[in-house]
Amino acid sequence: MSSDRFRSVVATEPLVLRVALTVVALAFLGLFLLLPLAVVFGEALRRGVTAYFEAVSHPETWAAVKLTLLAAALAVPLNTAFGLCAAWAVAKFEFRGKSVLMALIDLPFTVSPVVAGLMFVLVFGLQGWLGPWLDRHDLHVVFAVPGIVLATVFVTFPFVARELIPLMQVQGREEEEAAVVLGAGPLQVFWRVTLPNIKWALLYGVILSNARAFGEFGAVSVVSGHIRGQTNTMTLHVENLYNEYNFVAAFAVASLLACVALVTLVAKSLVEAVEGFTRRSGSVRGGRSSA
Amino acid sequence: MAHSRRHSVLPGFGLTVGCAVLYLSLVVLIPVAAVLLEASGMGWSHFLDTALDPRVLAACRLSFLTAIAAAVINTVFGFVVTWVLVRYRFPGRRLVDSLVDLPFALPTAVAGICLAALYSPDGWVGSLLEPMGVKVAFGPAGIVVALTFIGLPFVVRTLQPVLEDLGVEPEEAAASLGAGRRQTFLRVLLPELWPALLTGFALAFARGLGEYGSVIFIAGNMPMRSEIAPLLIVTKLEQYDTAGATAIATVMLCASFLLLFAINVLQRAASRRLS
Repeated sequence: MSSDRFRSVVATEPLVLRVALTVVALAFLGLFLLLPLAVVFGEALRRGVTAYFEAVSHPETWAAVKLTLLAAALAVPLNTAFGLCAAWAVAKFEFRGKSVLMALIDLPFTVSPVVAGLMFVLVFGLQGWLGPWLDRHDLHVVFAVPGIVLATVFVTFPFVARELIPLMQVQGREEEEAAVVLGAGPLQVFWRVTLPNIKWALLYGVILSNARAFGEFGAVSVVSGHIRGQTNTMTLHVENLYNEYNFVAAFAVASLLACVALVTLVAKSLVEAVEGFTRRSGSVRGGRSSA
Repeated sequence: MAHSRRHSVLPGFGLTVGCAVLYLSLVVLIPVAAVLLEASGMGWSHFLDTALDPRVLAACRLSFLTAIAAAVINTVFGFVVTWVLVRYRFPGRRLVDSLVDLPFALPTAVAGICLAALYSPDGWVGSLLEPMGVKVAFGPAGIVVALTFIGLPFVVRTLQPVLEDLGVEPEEAAASLGAGRRQTFLRVLLPELWPALLTGFALAFARGLGEYGSVIFIAGNMPMRSEIAPLLIVTKLEQYDTAGATAIATVMLCASFLLLFAINVLQRAASRRLS
């Protein structure tokens, strides 16, 4: 970063090429990112503000919003707790099977959300492993709220762990060891030594998994059964409205989700800015891999 | 690293490893095992019959080819975008930089209906392409557009830290030794960047292969022509053909495992280069 103020003339492109590359990059991003974002709000407001608010305030929309919030409120804390455990185990200790554990954490990134949904149908569905037992006890997982929460947990599973592991590996364990030697208890070590070092990466992971929890579609679609007012999340509600050719309502609900996405981007940039600041001032020594 | 865990004074080894492994087993391993066991219960001949059905083959081929095409587009343009973001200074650069993450943040279903609206014959872009005889929406080209949207941040965010760490010194050295700009690019920069580029390509490809939400609205979903493999799983499930859905899912899971392995190897190669 610091090198660009002293950029030498030899190692840069001619001005024409620089401008051309910048234009190509911006045009590509404009076409593929900005236009779709503009369309959400354009289509949502096509019939005016009244139609927009009618769609947004419809009871079925609110049921969907509540379910989405519930799924995120359960999945994100669960995965945060897991992420902290996994990162502590991987970064602070050596044990057999560590690389297998780390590879498996990434698995939900490469598994299709539809396949993820199918997995839970096979375990909890009527023909599945636990289906008959669940049915006898009148418990419903698939085509009910627990299935939606499970599917959301699966797809948001790696985010916090992925953010924390590289950072905590770089930080090592000297600070924690010093604290233990000086007589700190386990909780004290975590709250007063580890947490201040990882808080921004932790927050970053929480923001990412929250965004994914709000937006999950494929996995949730397979396990939901699309029961209106009961198992419809916001994204499924968008699909239903769209398939009924109720485009204004579909885009209105979609615009709510787009707003969540924009808030996510702003929050992410803020965390990056603060984290970059603390890193420069020396309190955070690690780097973060963004993928 | 010389310490073994027995000598470590840090608390919580048993607790954190136990919790992590238990939770991983419940959420990931048991569900994955369910798919593989269900598939093995089908018997080879039934499994092969289902997996080699022409409609399934067509869907898998389409998913594979569109994901490759989108990953190639993203690798090329993602490289240009990353280069411009890291090396050049222009007003609004920070804003553009954060916008790159939009496909991570925007729900895929929202992206899907937006792209369908944009590229349909009466949409903002579709209506411009229509007179030229180019049809994007409701065909394979639409799928590539959707997968390009989904995959872009993977390439940019993988390449960006590597390019930032690289600095300009190697290029300056090459230039001062008499290398032309093209020579420097091909013989100094590319050898340093290819592991990251390939990792980004593999990540975008893996995401595209399994993508569902953004594709189904723009694809048209015609069997044999524009039906992707994940959609076929959903269709089979809706027809209560669990075995058929499981067979396709097994093929896709194997692809996921292979890609995961490849990505791990590539990332290790990339980090070796950095250190």
